[in-house]
Amino acid sequence: MVDKVKVNINGNDYFVPENYTILKAAEENGIDIPTLCYEEGLPITGACRMCVVEVRGARKLMAACATQVSDGMEVLTESERVVEARREILRLLIANHDLRCLTCERNGDCRLQDYCYRYKVEDTPYKGEVKDFKIITDNPFFIRDYSKCIKCGKCVSICAEVNGAHVYEFINRGFDTKVTSAFDDPLPETTCTFCGMCINVCPVAALVEKSTLWKGRPWEVKKVTTTCSYCGVGCQLKLKVKDNTIIGVAADKSGSNLGHLCSKGQFGWDYVHSKDRLTHPLIKREGEFVRVTWEEALNYIAGRFKDILSQWGGRALAGLSSAKCTNEENYLFQKFMRVVLQTNNIDHCARL
Amino acid sequence: MTNSMNEILETDVMFAIGTNTTEAHPVTGYRIKQAVRNGKKLIVADPRKIELVKYADLWLCHRPGTDIALLNGLAHVILRDGLWDEEFVNEHGEGFEEFKSAVEKYTPERAAEITGVDAELIEQAAHMYGSAEKATIIYAMGITQHTTGTNNVMAIANLSILTGNVGKRGTGVAPLRGQNNVQGACDMGCLPNYYASYQKVDDKEINNKFEQAWNVALPKEPGLTVTEMIDSVYRGKLKGMYIMGENPMLSDPDSNKVKKSLQALEFLVVQDIFLTETARFAEVVLPAVTSVEKEGTFTNTERRIQRVRQAIKTESEAKPDWQIIIDLANKMNYSWEYPGGPEQVMEEIAKLSPLYGGISYSRLEKGGIQWPCPTRNHPGTMYLHADGFTRDKGKFHSVEYLPPAEEPDEEYPLMLSTGRMLYHFHTGTMSRRSQMEELRSEELMMMHPADARENSIKDEDRVQVESRRGKVSTKVQVTDHVPMGVVFMTFHYRETPTNNLTIAAVDPICKIPELKVCAVRVNKAGA
Ligand code: SF4
Ligand code: SF4
Ligand code: SF4
Ligand code: FES
Repeated sequence: MVDKVKVNINGNDYFVPENYTILKAAEENGIDIPTLCYEEGLPITGACRMCVVEVRGARKLMAACATQVSDGMEVLTESERVVEARREILRLLIANHDLRCLTCERNGDCRLQDYCYRYKVEDTPYKGEVKDFKIITDNPFFIRDYSKCIKCGKCVSICAEVNGAHVYEFINRGFDTKVTSAFDDPLPETTCTFCGMCINVCPVAALVEKSTLWKGRPWEVKKVTTTCSYCGVGCQLKLKVKDNTIIGVAADKSGSNLGHLCSKGQFGWDYVHSKDRLTHPLIKREGEFVRVTWEEALNYIAGRFKDILSQWGGRALAGLSSAKCTNEENYLFQKFMRVVLQTNNIDHCARL
Repeated sequence: MTNSMNEILETDVMFAIGTNTTEAHPVTGYRIKQAVRNGKKLIVADPRKIELVKYADLWLCHRPGTDIALLNGLAHVILRDGLWDEEFVNEHGEGFEEFKSAVEKYTPERAAEITGVDAELIEQAAHMYGSAEKATIIYAMGITQHTTGTNNVMAIANLSILTGNVGKRGTGVAPLRGQNNVQGACDMGCLPNYYASYQKVDDKEINNKFEQAWNVALPKEPGLTVTEMIDSVYRGKLKGMYIMGENPMLSDPDSNKVKKSLQALEFLVVQDIFLTETARFAEVVLPAVTSVEKEGTFTNTERRIQRVRQAIKTESEAKPDWQIIIDLANKMNYSWEYPGGPEQVMEEIAKLSPLYGGISYSRLEKGGIQWPCPTRNHPGTMYLHADGFTRDKGKFHSVEYLPPAEEPDEEYPLMLSTGRMLYHFHTGTMSRRSQMEELRSEELMMMHPADARENSIKDEDRVQVESRRGKVSTKVQVTDHVPMGVVFMTFHYRETPTNNLTIAAVDPICKIPELKVCAVRVNKAGA
């Protein structure tokens, strides 16, 4: 067990494990400290300074995401000094940000907007040059609009540290800093595996799934947590739904995948809306499938199964169930085979 | 798997054999790569130069089908050099003496001769795995899809028992399940010899329990496995089949035989979301819905039972599989009533299936639970065998190397190995109808440059691949990611039905087909 220490945040005492950061201690006790570059599970860079707090006895403001707690520490998370520092960071950020929020895909779901609102930053005295980057549409799955990038570095980090693909890097310095693929290569020509994790960590609208473009405002989109339908890792994810249509996928951190996904989980869901889906029961007559009602189909099947049962017994019947169906369905299937069709001839393609 | 996925980050040495994790189980692949970045050691045993090889401290490039020789060779060195866990073995390792004498003859030199891996590398790998404080073995279909699949798995278990890598955090063996709910389908008793939770159908007491619960007399003899079913139709014994959500036409070996079997059936019902290659042979096709249109649970490869939630309403007449099965049972004069839907089915599962005894939808609301979870207040089980072994699991099984059922010869000089790739899944029914298709829309058979040269084949050439069972046409990717003499294909593409080529020889115990190895020859198309 890790020892606990006493920390005072905004006048209240809390007991937290000594290996906690100020950010984590605050978070667990319901105190919200704004962050831009911090992401759980990724290396801490302390780059954006959005999370600065005042620590009694320290001359400088400290980054809450990068500072460990110590016994007796006294922290102020929204003091005048802290708020002014955050406002200054925000003024610098919006100086060269494309502020066309009206039609922005992340309008209402954007950290930059939220924090400007929270700290009443309406304008900036800095005359940054809004870079007119072209929107990059070099791959089938997502766009990159670097006029919205706040250089938090999370895309660089998750791609390198979790995926291992190392697609992005920071180039240039100071005001000209920019994040992009090495040599600005189109993503399909890089090591990118289209896992989409960079989109999910981006706090603004610099990286956006193509499938969601112009499909709905964030507050109109319902998010449903579920399990990926592809491989046995069983990643948890959130389906974004609008008008009974899946338009994209967001990260969900409740499972062992910790919000991480691969390309199939992130982009492989649109088979659901495929035109090839079967829409009604079919019976083959004279070699051709014809459309029938459920009633007809089920009666016919029941009749045929009963015939075989009475003539040959359950031994002459067999069932293959599916590793793609749910537990409940597999359970009912084997029960059906054993109880109704009187056979243990049941298997599935696990062996494959 | 015995332990949990994220325990990979806590282990000291990972030994990945027969798993192309970064393509087939990508998020588990991330964990392995993250562990390596954190300074952990990785040994990879694979005939192909897969992505993990780049991260590996040691790469054992063994010939396909020689896993047991390799694993026994490792055990030999671990024993010889005193790296085994004597205390653990004395306490839990039944059959140790026999095992010891069985691996005696697998000297590194002999193992090297069979596997093609340097004896020196085998020694190094044995030392790395054997002297680790915590080590874990990760494997997938590369181990199980052989005529010796069961023995391969046992040889892996032997290694982990020998080194005491059992029942502790960050150790164990990690078989990675292919499809999303293979684990669940097995747990639920979709097996010819088990009811749910691996309760034997031919155990009298168990059989009684289910007869009472279901209020019906039940068959007492174990049934047929997939591969046996196909044979049995062939011999006229099986008349009718009910296939739910499977596509054996593309996924099973020797498709021509599968096709003949399906055609020979008197009656076939297929229930699926698409008109699959298999469904085309059906007399009745029932339209099912996808997992985003229904409620339920899946169980992942680390035994975690997780919720599947309905996100959209079905706009056609298609119905959830659970609903169809209930309707059909009622048409056959049973009165199955589950007004509470899948949630109520889970209540019945919890009653009859001890591993799931404590599972309910309300408990799964906040996140999944790992079985065994026998009671309502049991928190679930992160890793198995924590309080020692249940007896038969701690047993050493002496296993011997046997050559694969079909090896290359003059007529069919190349070895064909099959598997998956990152952008598609299984028989492609889902992924090929998604945006993923834009990344890779056709099969590319991998072939070593030397073999390509010998057959005057260039990158992207179209070729005919032929085995004793059939032939297919495919494009070629010339690459040294496969060793000389081996070609690699996936089974994702219906235009290139790879399983026309594969062999239906099966492992005598678990009946898994030998999809990983068979002999083929390659000719340039038109030549
Ligand atoms: S999609 Fe994945 S691999 Fe590609 S750049 Fe983003 S994080 Fe990296
Ligand atoms: S693209 Fe997004 S995630 Fe990447 S640095 Fe810019 S703002 Fe951060
Ligand atoms: S997101 Fe990828 S790794 Fe995760 S379950 Fe789906 S297919 Fe598997
Ligand atoms: S969030 Fe702490 S420095 Fe960026």
